[in-house]
Amino acid sequence: MQIDYAKIGLKVGLEIHQQLATAAKLFCNCKPDLFKENPEIVFLRRLRPTQSELGQIDPAAYFEFQKGVRIRYEANRETSCLVEMDEEPPHPLNMEAVETVLMAALMMNAEPVDEVHVMRKTVIDGSNTTGFQRTCVIALNGCIKVGDKAIPIQHASLEEDAARKTGDEDNGKIIRYRIDRLGIPLIEVATAPVIYSPQEAQEVAFAIGKILRDTGRVMRGLGTIRQDLNVSIPNGALVEIKGVQELALISRVVEYEVQRQLNLLRISNELKNKVEPSCLTEEIVDVTHVFKQTKCKVIQKALEKRHCVKAVKLTGFAGFLKCELMPNFRLGTELADRARFWGRVGGIFHTDEMPAYGVTAEEVEALKKAANANEDDAVVFVADTAENTIDALKAAVERAREAISGVPAETRAANADGTTRYMRPRPGAARMYPETDIPPSLITPDLIEKVRLSLPEPAEKKRERLIREYGLNDKLAKQTVDSEYNTLFETLVQESRVPATVVAVFLTETLKALKRDGLPVEQVPEKQLQDLFKAIGTGEVAKEAAAEVFTWLSTHECKSVQDAVAELGLKMLSDAELTMAVDRVIAANKQTIDKLGKNAFGMLMGLVMREVRGKAAPDRVSGLLKERLK
Amino acid sequence: MSAKADSSGYKGEALNVLKKAGCAVGDVIRVTTREKSYEGILIPRSETGDTTHVVIKLKSGYNIGVHITPDTKIEKVGKGAKPTFASPALPEQKPDLPRVVIMSTGGTIASRVDYRTGAVRSALSASDLYGVVPELSDIARVDTQILLSLYSENITPQHWSQIAQATAQHIAEGVNGVVIAHGTDTMAYTAAALSFALQNLPVPVILVGAQRSSDRPSSDAATNLIGAVQAAGRAPFAEVVIAMHETVSDTAIVLNRGTKVRKCHTSRRDTFKSVNATPIGRVNNQEITMLTSDYAKRDPAKKLVLKPAFSDKVALVKFHPGLNPEVISWHVEKGCRGILLEGSGLGHVSKYCFGTIEDAIEKGVVVALASQCIWGRVNMHVYDTGRDLLARGVIPMEDVFPETALVKLMWALGQTSDAEEAKRLLKTNVAGEFSPRTLPETIGNEGGDAANAN
Repeated sequence: MQIDYAKIGLKVGLEIHQQLATAAKLFCNCKPDLFKENPEIVFLRRLRPTQSELGQIDPAAYFEFQKGVRIRYEANRETSCLVEMDEEPPHPLNMEAVETVLMAALMMNAEPVDEVHVMRKTVIDGSNTTGFQRTCVIALNGCIKVGDKAIPIQHASLEEDAARKTGDEDNGKIIRYRIDRLGIPLIEVATAPVIYSPQEAQEVAFAIGKILRDTGRVMRGLGTIRQDLNVSIPNGALVEIKGVQELALISRVVEYEVQRQLNLLRISNELKNKVEPSCLTEEIVDVTHVFKQTKCKVIQKALEKRHCVKAVKLTGFAGFLKCELMPNFRLGTELADRARFWGRVGGIFHTDEMPAYGVTAEEVEALKKAANANEDDAVVFVADTAENTIDALKAAVERAREAISGVPAETRAANADGTTRYMRPRPGAARMYPETDIPPSLITPDLIEKVRLSLPEPAEKKRERLIREYGLNDKLAKQTVDSEYNTLFETLVQESRVPATVVAVFLTETLKALKRDGLPVEQVPEKQLQDLFKAIGTGEVAKEAAAEVFTWLSTHECKSVQDAVAELGLKMLSDAELTMAVDRVIAANKQTIDKLGKNAFGMLMGLVMREVRGKAAPDRVSGLLKERLK
Repeated sequence: MSAKADSSGYKGEALNVLKKAGCAVGDVIRVTTREKSYEGILIPRSETGDTTHVVIKLKSGYNIGVHITPDTKIEKVGKGAKPTFASPALPEQKPDLPRVVIMSTGGTIASRVDYRTGAVRSALSASDLYGVVPELSDIARVDTQILLSLYSENITPQHWSQIAQATAQHIAEGVNGVVIAHGTDTMAYTAAALSFALQNLPVPVILVGAQRSSDRPSSDAATNLIGAVQAAGRAPFAEVVIAMHETVSDTAIVLNRGTKVRKCHTSRRDTFKSVNATPIGRVNNQEITMLTSDYAKRDPAKKLVLKPAFSDKVALVKFHPGLNPEVISWHVEKGCRGILLEGSGLGHVSKYCFGTIEDAIEKGVVVALASQCIWGRVNMHVYDTGRDLLARGVIPMEDVFPETALVKLMWALGQTSDAEEAKRLLKTNVAGEFSPRTLPETIGNEGGDAANAN
């Protein structure tokens, strides 16, 4: 579908979050690290929606609370203390983190505030043990240039990262979260909604990401950066999409969201002529008897657990549930997402996709009859506990009603393929109130000056210096400065003593090529790149083998450069081994050598290198070859 | 939580500028400095904040402080809307439920946040409480009374008397239980005091508080309150207890006897621990389980004996290496009638203090001793020092830890002006403070175990 985004009036705003590479967390002295082992500490909590003065309660939060949803938190001693457990008040704001945000803010021409006030933003899905996220604005009203366009930066804030969800138990009545990530400092950069195309959204995100990386003080790798998008089109709705982890996905997420909204508008137009929202009732019927002998595995399993099957009719919806909104995503999927969220079920079935999944045509007929549906109607059914099925079907009906009126404003989560799924209703007005446990921090002119003096070198100056000091050519210097590894380049050269051009070519061209081939390049931490180049510097790894080692590391988490060398058989050949290889080649090509004399050298060199590439440096090979040819 | 929501907290320079511009908290104002300009709602300032910043809430919801210089211009852009809150209608009182009165002495067991200004308001009327903790209406018919509004560190022995009298009055009116909301810092002292003052109780008296303020979603206040009201309405015992979290999880509420309970952690939810005793019961998932058979039974026919007088002429002297013995003489000179020594180990105080202790006792001061070890029993027969102190007339407080021993001394001297009678009361087991046997209970609280209990 070719879409003219300017014509349809697309507006996108970005919120970029990135973890900061501080020594400790934002409000305590725990290590900002994640753990994989079994938890050492486990505890169970409930979060209670607090009433505001206006008596408002977040509907999703209240619903979960009423259902008695509890949260099981997991922790270990290395990454969490009583602060993350909400058993001790927060310590004062981590000033290292404040300085990092200040640095990024100055690079985006934003105005630092005079006094920082930490706020509590109510979040009661369990991702924060306190029931709120602590956040503070550090600077306002910035502006960056992307291409020729000025993009206003509304604010640069500092906030604590949330706990990460690791699963649920007991039909969704207990949600499990790990609190290692809770409290890791995040910078949040928010743009004004002045982005008008998917491509532009990606470019702006890239530009902001580059600024953050250029501070040299943010974490790198998957999961350390998350983009949230606010997408709206006229007559559609403002939809907030959370947690796009990959930059390259942004344009696709925006494209899909526009498609989704346009398709929903089209469906709404058709439905409006056919169905009144009030025709959709919540008359839920028990249809367990229809499936007594079913071959459908999902339903069989549910019935073994003595669960039931319930169904509801959607008047006039026949055919609509299979309308595609995004790739592999139909209106029925929207209903299913809602049912999962509100009803804690695994998914739903509907008649637009039947017969399938082992459900027979006869069962579908019986089902329709039980639900009192004619051929114009769709029937949605689900197998689970009585309580969950009722909640799930009510949510599905509610979503169907919304389909008649248009696009619902909601918060969605990004999937890895660029599609999105329902996450929760959009929260009401920002529910923020002061964090009274933390005194305000001053941002003095002295502090601003100190940070200003430590700002990274402007790109143009740095490019000139790399040419001057490291002997890079113009193109390579520019590529290095523009690359994600801008700040790492000099460290690598200085630590490893590998020629600067070799390092620069690897960081720019080689990695770009590997990434193009689909390698998860960003999963290799900087530390491993440092180790790799140190090994090249000491001759432990041949520079020709760098790409091979890197490739192996990108798919073997937690392994070392030495592991890669051993695993790939890249250990440098000893003098004796190399001599043997050279002699073998000489022996095999005796006739040619006799014929060509000195002119045979080039060919022999090629043959030896083919055999020992990555295990011996070329200059060593050529020296030895010359010697043995004498 | 402070009750200062109406005072702005501004002073000095900032207050002058705001006054001049006619701005009040809640108004929309514009602050313009040489470089920048902000618009937002004027927010109260913390009393400890400096005098050169004003705090505003931006449209995005964030608060920031703006530095005030002689060049700063402040204008009032709009008048603040007064927050309106209609209390929810009182739910129907279910006649078959027990009657429980909730008395508050301070702290906010229930509160609401004004998101506009950040002020936290306490919710203490019955309808407010039902609104914030709706579960209560299924547990009891609740009446509320605001008795005091004090941080618990400001509660004195006079307030203990007042609380005891108010409790007695409610009991006389036939309630099935009394819940007292109290700041946690000195809650254990009040619990001990009420244990001595309210004798032969017909119904339970439950003290309850919160370690996380009630304005936050993770507050322990509601869970504790629900557990306390359940115990007050239905538990089979009739004693003074503290009801708070048993572990760091929001599961069990543990009931600790008023004379044997101590605040043992500065911040954890499970801060209250029974010392030299096991808790007497537990409320978990609406279920009340008694953990001992040794408790005073609920019996509406019992006649309450009220003995609410406490003497404040009592001092606690903690022994430490290098203690100046004259501290003891100073207390005596100031009119002290009782001194509780917090001795070391099995019950010792350096021989350098013997002179002033002897002096005090000769002047009719009652001197008792409890151990600063907190756990375990005093035994002053093992070493010379202990025997010497006993010989001089120091009264060993057995397995009573210092805070309860102090409260008991205050109570004993409140009952009588006769030192000998006070000593007799001191040695009598009045409210389960002495246990005849010292059992191998856990010392303190092993964080790991408690944290893993769920």
